[in-house]
Amino acid sequence: MPPQLKTLIPLFAIFIFLFLLGRYLLVPESFGEQGHYRFNSVAENKDLSLQYAGRDACAECHDDKALEMESDMHAGLSCEICHGPGMVHYDNPKAGQLIIPDQREHCGLCHATNLTRVDKIAQVDLADHNPDQKCIECHNPHLPWEIAE
Amino acid sequence: MEQHYQYLYEMLSQVQGFIYPNELDLQWGLLIVLYPYITGLVAGAFILASLERVFNVKVLKPTYELALLTALAFLLVATMPLVSHLGHPLRAYEILSTPHSTSAMAIFGFVYLWYLMVVLLLEIWFDYRRDMVIWARQEKGFKARIYKILTLGVNDISPKTVKWDDKIGYFITVVGIPSAFLLHGYVGFIFGSIKANPWWSTVMMPVIFLFSAMVSGIALVLFIYMAVSYIRKQKIDMKALDTIAKYLFYILILDFTLEGLDQIHRIYEAEESFEILSLLVHGPLFLTFFIFQIFLGTIIPLIVLGILQFYKPREFTRRVIYLVSSLLVLLGIFFMRWNVVIGGQLFSKSFYGFTDYKIRIAGSEGLLWSMAWIIIPFIILAFLLWLLPPWKKVPAEPA
Repeated sequence: MPPQLKTLIPLFAIFIFLFLLGRYLLVPESFGEQGHYRFNSVAENKDLSLQYAGRDACAECHDDKALEMESDMHAGLSCEICHGPGMVHYDNPKAGQLIIPDQREHCGLCHATNLTRVDKIAQVDLADHNPDQKCIECHNPHLPWEIAE
Repeated sequence: MEQHYQYLYEMLSQVQGFIYPNELDLQWGLLIVLYPYITGLVAGAFILASLERVFNVKVLKPTYELALLTALAFLLVATMPLVSHLGHPLRAYEILSTPHSTSAMAIFGFVYLWYLMVVLLLEIWFDYRRDMVIWARQEKGFKARIYKILTLGVNDISPKTVKWDDKIGYFITVVGIPSAFLLHGYVGFIFGSIKANPWWSTVMMPVIFLFSAMVSGIALVLFIYMAVSYIRKQKIDMKALDTIAKYLFYILILDFTLEGLDQIHRIYEAEESFEILSLLVHGPLFLTFFIFQIFLGTIIPLIVLGILQFYKPREFTRRVIYLVSSLLVLLGIFFMRWNVVIGGQLFSKSFYGFTDYKIRIAGSEGLLWSMAWIIIPFIILAFLLWLLPPWKKVPAEPA
């Protein structure tokens, strides 16, 4: 056998071995068990604590607000869209206080003029529509079309 | 209402006609143009080198090692535009550790690895082993140590062993030709297999990519050979230069024919996507397709190199013509990649509109970063030429 091959063959064998060793060490545990992904990630995601409680959980205590919501344009929206994630508050009402947004910009997230949703959501020009007042001074966010005098 | 129109005009200034919202922004930019371009240069340079070795075109001897080192310098950088495009360099190894058998891109990792480890590095090693042993003895200090390491301890330079270098090197080049075809044909396959995109989806794509790769690689070696000779103040071997230009001319004809065939087929078939593709090449791609790729990058070099096959002006004029032609071909092939990658994303899959692409200067997808990936192979090549100068190779003793 030529001396070149006497050196190269073992070198390539070492390279292939290192590649396989690297692969063995780098491929995460449980990869490929159920498909081309790390199966443990399913359990890890399942173990994450919930942040959002959902409308029904809110309605258990705040049934009056839930009823108001159902009767107007915001029926179908989740409470936590405006008030933020409420799981901590649901578990312990005294511990987690939810936010009560009152700024014009918050309403503007959905209601500021936007060409793509002009026929879906009522639009206002924030710079033009009573610019010095808060939206909630006239509109009850739970009953948006019940406009205060 | 007035303000609605203002928003509308603002959005319309970026698109023409109708497009889907997710088509507004191009996912693949300049870096993805560079990926097939650089890979093509590698395959082309290697195939030029194999002409000398396998097909016995002895007149190309002065460019043999130069072509191999050029191929290596560019191959080392070929995947870098992809890595910088994805932006997760620390996860790049996953393409090799957990490849999915249905992912065209994942299999490219192995095609690349095969080409680098089994073809290019081995061929260069066998070609230079005898010289490295001699240089290790002649040089002193650090450089001698590098040569010693590079010989991998095989210091036997008896005629019998050197003959083995030649034999195995020849065998690797023979294996290397289909490997080079595979490497670049595969890059074409990655685009050609995307059936949702009518600008890409053609079985001709791997073949077209392969021939344009050969054209660009040969033009690059032609340019580098002239540049290196100029920097070293050495006389250019005009016979070698004329022969490279001759091969450039032949393969350019083949490349142009194949691309023409693809377009004629497309025009005659006139499928439902034809109208938008016709608008594409006459509109957003007019400059890069008709002017840069076809006129400057193909027709002018074809005419000029074609004339030189019948009429030979004096050496200096020929050198200027070769220099300009090689640069034009390199420009043309760059814009061929541009027209494929960018062009394929400019039109809406609804076939009713276009979006726009503007290159950013800075940033990870920007012009400066892309230019760095074009310049770095030249720096690597300069280093390789310093370490393994083809002109210092010790001629073999007559047997």
